[in-house]
Amino acid sequence: MNATILTTCPYCGVGCGISATVDEGQRQVRINGDDSHPANFGRLCSKGSALGDTVELKGRLLQPQVNGQETSWEQALDLVADSFKAVIKKHGADAVAFYGSGQLLTEDYYVANKLMKGFIGSGNMDTNSRLCMSSSVAGHKRAFGSDTVPNCYEDYEHAELIILIGSNAAWCHPVSFQRIRAAKEANPALKIVVIDPRRTASCDIADLHLAVASGSDAWLFNGLLSYLSDHDALDSAYIEAHTEGFAAVLGDYAIEKIAEHCQLNAEDVQQFYDWFATTDKVLSLYSQGINQSSSGTDKVNAIINCHLATGKLGKVGSGALSLTGQPNAMGGREVGGMANQLAAHIEFSDVDKVARFWNAPHTTKKAGLTAVELFDAIHEGKIKAVWIMGTNPVVSLPNADKVKRALANCEFVVVSDCIANTDTTALAHVLLPAQGWSEKDGTVTNSERRISRQRALFKPAGDAQPDWWIITQIARRMGFEAEFNYQNPVDIFREHAALSGFENNGQRDFDISAYAKISATEYDQFQPTQWPVNAAYPQGRARMFADGQFFTPSGKARFIAVTPRLPVNQPTIDYPLILNTGRLRDQWHTMTRTALAAKLNQHKPEPFVEIHPSDAAQYGLQANGLAHIESQWASMIARVQLTENKLGSVFVPMHWTEQYASHGRMGALVNPVVDPISKQPESKHTPVRIRPYTPVWQAFVLSRRELKITDVDYWIKSKGDGFYRYELAGDSLPDNWCDYVRKNLCNSTAENSQWQDYQDSAKGIYRAAQLLNEQLETVIFIATDHHLPERSWLSMLCAKAELTKAERMALLTGSPPVGGADVGVIICACFNVGEKTMLAAIKEKGLTTHQQVGQCLKAGTNCGSCIPEIKALFG
Amino acid sequence: MHNKKQKLVVIGNGMAGMRTIEELLSAAPDKYDITVFGAEPYGNYNRIMLSAVLAGDKTIEDIVINNRQWYIDNHIILHAGESKAVISIERGLQKVIAKDGTTADYDRLLIATGSKAVIPDVTGCDLDGVISFRDIFDVNKMLAYSRSHKKAVVLGGGLLGLEAANGLVLRGMDVTVIHNHEVLLNRQMDKPAGLLLQTELEKKGIKFKMAAKLKCLLGDANNHISTVNFEDGSELDCDLFIMAIGVRPNITLAKQAGLYCERGIVVNDTLQSYDPSIYAVGECIQHRGDTFGLVAPLFEQAKVCANHLSAHGVAEYITLPTATKLKVTGIHLFSIGDIQGDAQCESLCFSDSALGIYKKLVLKDDRLVGAVLYGDTADGVWYQQLLEQETNISVLRDGLVFGKAYS
Repeated sequence: MNATILTTCPYCGVGCGISATVDEGQRQVRINGDDSHPANFGRLCSKGSALGDTVELKGRLLQPQVNGQETSWEQALDLVADSFKAVIKKHGADAVAFYGSGQLLTEDYYVANKLMKGFIGSGNMDTNSRLCMSSSVAGHKRAFGSDTVPNCYEDYEHAELIILIGSNAAWCHPVSFQRIRAAKEANPALKIVVIDPRRTASCDIADLHLAVASGSDAWLFNGLLSYLSDHDALDSAYIEAHTEGFAAVLGDYAIEKIAEHCQLNAEDVQQFYDWFATTDKVLSLYSQGINQSSSGTDKVNAIINCHLATGKLGKVGSGALSLTGQPNAMGGREVGGMANQLAAHIEFSDVDKVARFWNAPHTTKKAGLTAVELFDAIHEGKIKAVWIMGTNPVVSLPNADKVKRALANCEFVVVSDCIANTDTTALAHVLLPAQGWSEKDGTVTNSERRISRQRALFKPAGDAQPDWWIITQIARRMGFEAEFNYQNPVDIFREHAALSGFENNGQRDFDISAYAKISATEYDQFQPTQWPVNAAYPQGRARMFADGQFFTPSGKARFIAVTPRLPVNQPTIDYPLILNTGRLRDQWHTMTRTALAAKLNQHKPEPFVEIHPSDAAQYGLQANGLAHIESQWASMIARVQLTENKLGSVFVPMHWTEQYASHGRMGALVNPVVDPISKQPESKHTPVRIRPYTPVWQAFVLSRRELKITDVDYWIKSKGDGFYRYELAGDSLPDNWCDYVRKNLCNSTAENSQWQDYQDSAKGIYRAAQLLNEQLETVIFIATDHHLPERSWLSMLCAKAELTKAERMALLTGSPPVGGADVGVIICACFNVGEKTMLAAIKEKGLTTHQQVGQCLKAGTNCGSCIPEIKALFG
Repeated sequence: MHNKKQKLVVIGNGMAGMRTIEELLSAAPDKYDITVFGAEPYGNYNRIMLSAVLAGDKTIEDIVINNRQWYIDNHIILHAGESKAVISIERGLQKVIAKDGTTADYDRLLIATGSKAVIPDVTGCDLDGVISFRDIFDVNKMLAYSRSHKKAVVLGGGLLGLEAANGLVLRGMDVTVIHNHEVLLNRQMDKPAGLLLQTELEKKGIKFKMAAKLKCLLGDANNHISTVNFEDGSELDCDLFIMAIGVRPNITLAKQAGLYCERGIVVNDTLQSYDPSIYAVGECIQHRGDTFGLVAPLFEQAKVCANHLSAHGVAEYITLPTATKLKVTGIHLFSIGDIQGDAQCESLCFSDSALGIYKKLVLKDDRLVGAVLYGDTADGVWYQQLLEQETNISVLRDGLVFGKAYS
């Protein structure tokens, strides 16, 4: 029986609806976009479409583990609860921490936050959303008095000018980008401006690309505000009625000066300013390029200032919209998943409300440590027990090698995850198997405040449990049985909804009190809805602030005076380049799930570094060669890609981990610099130096088996369709390639394997193929540099049940068999002349004797034994 | 006036001599009265196809190149048979004398006496049942033994020895090849190729005793070979012993006539000996230090020699590397040039053991100087061309071993 279940995509913050046709027995699912979901109306991106390829059980964490040994839930839970209690008793509540994730569902997040802040009594509950959009949160709160996203996706179709700021939406929020592209096609008058140091795929639809100097955005928007003022483009009535602090924000920002600061043409700046000033409906979309900065909060406010000054906020087609990175970044914000929030958008100043609601007198009165601080505290031994939920900080945090050391030395590390082997699970004392997407059940909130359901498609894998269950089990064991007596997610959701309405009276933006008594059936049938959902807005609310009412004490929005600041660590003689980091189209975060889908690994199978050709020449780098990139904190190795981006800036993707690459963890290089307000790391700007990495050999291996490749200086692993691909390099040559390949690279003991070898020792070329039962099992190509054949044809051969003779003989060329002319049956074996060749020559040249055939083709002129057969051809 | 023709006498009715005559007849059909002496009682036959006759793939009739009628048609006097073997060259008189007293005067003499099998330096080589593999007589003898005897031993794992062994196995004999090197065809094959060949021949039923040192041959009461003894103390029963450890130029007659000889009759680039009226071609000669054992250079020599005999006088003989093939059904093997190489050489190797394919190309200064192909010889001719033409292969290099189609 195939059931169709509506659920939500677990990747970016667009929050697309999915219609999943499930074959429970086979644990297979066909993924389609949900036509009725307002986030995507049936569209899906490459990652979402490939979800069906990621639900396999291979690689899943199926059983609780303690120190690498599988154990029962009872024992694991007891150990975690006892250990946390012991640390708290001895060192106090601030000696423990939870580190959550935008992958957690709202219900999971709610109980985690409730346990830490309300009952353990520490603020040390932070989340990877800190790395993602905490600057937006801080900016929203400064401007609006609340963490409120004013606008919605529908504005894509209404806007007349869309500004993508620090956002490669084409890759990072693809379905939103598709909607914008469609909007532009439907309305050619719609202008698109992309503000990004890189010329990204999003520039494809841009009318104007402003390749700003990295980190200079605040100058651009301060300049815009000044321009709007100078050109009579302000909405003075709006400013007067609904805002405060405007007088302080205007400065002297001549376009030429702005252009110089931002490294732009003054004409382009002028064009942008003019469009903003003269267009009625302007929508600013911003993302990590703004947020991941030591002045991220200020940049957010610099943008919002312009919208407030023109009254272009929260209106149809007009406003500011932060594109969140994760499926439930917003849900996390709603429940207080960040260390400096409490719950339901209640500030620490109102802590007694939460304490009373929870009946938790020990609720912490102060904010806890934010991500970078939190892992620093672990490193310093101040935090002695940490529980990491569904995230991979050893990869994603700045100065990630320090995070690794911190966890390696931490007294007690618990990781709950759905994947067994990650860089972070490797450092855990206790592993708790969490249900993954397709198993868990609850709600998420997307970038436009829309709450949707994620629904279970399959039975849990192994002994995996929902995160909320795991957390409440620990809470109960820590003595909070009554307060964590939830039976299912809807119990938690009701409490969460009730808290949002608790003593709210219109003071807090986040209010979903309409769901405080939602029935289990209603929860199951929940339709995607934008909060607030309360008595005033029972069907939810698409846009906020159109009425000019804000959540500040005065009810007015605040202008924030922004003094532009450069990124903290500027390039130096030793580290002359700027490292920028970001997402790829087909991978998600640390690849624990997307890398399971072969089709998602084709686009970019190896960590790479984008660099301007002139910079590449200056540093001696070759296209497709390897580069060693080094910051003060760590180094990595990546494949060189020449791109016409800004001089002095390089870009690397953020995704690779030690599971898939020996030297691909970019997080280790990133400077541990944070925004003073939002505490969001400056992940887009780290000074680095670069040089060629010149191993003595480079290679690739394609194998139907997952190989245990050891003793190799550089390796990349990726999964293909029916095979695994490895890109390798080494700093020393083995004595004998033939032995080395069989022992270290292929490590096959199959007795019936057949081997093909090709070696050009002088050129350092070695190639080998292992065949098993006429099928290509493994193929290995080694050279002295990166000049290796294309992998595509060989990859296809791996999937074939049987190779033809021609394919087998062409295998080690790396190219498909060449269609040689059919020469017919060989008659002259000495000169290898076939019957058809001879007949053709006889006909074309009018030959009449075998001697003439001999003169023409050499046939029959050596041993002569074929002459009778040649003569017979004249018959 | 009828212009009197010159007299050309040919000693040796084999492939080299008769190919020269064919070339001559086509170049200058009326220049000479031609007389041919041959010690075998046949017309001219294709000696290199004797293996095929032994293996049963061909009959003697199949391998005849020029039957007696051809001699008649071309007005050639043929003196064939044992009694017509030439025993003396009277250079002063410009006359040759056969065993039975037949004489012939010459203006030009062509010596094409070929080669003789090398006899191993051990006792017992004169026993009955110890033969070489050179002519139809030998083949007939081997065929007769195969009908009445069981155990054959072939001395020599070269081309001839292996072809003899293959033929005898096909004729039902129990055959062991003894070879003084650990690699078969070690002049043409390197070790991997030699091992593949050995494996394939073993599948055909041939046994091998490799790196063997022969001690002596022992006979029975009838003075017929019965046992082969080795230096390591082992022995083999033997009914028929084939000597195939190579040939040496047959220069007995030339030396007797006082022609300058070293290992062979020394000739210049026109195939002329130290006696200006005497030419020599084929396996009996020595040209610029080389002697010959394969057919391809003989044909080239024939062409050059005929050019000079016909007084065109423009061709020069150059020894090109010769490709080797083994005439054993189902075995594809090709070897040319310097297959070991020196310190300045580079090699390209390809192998697919399960398919029985091995290829090695030896390069020097971006030129192909040697090739060994086993199992897949389709591109042998192409490699030979590259080698002969000294083509710079640097741009072809990556695909070279995979064949012309990939280069």
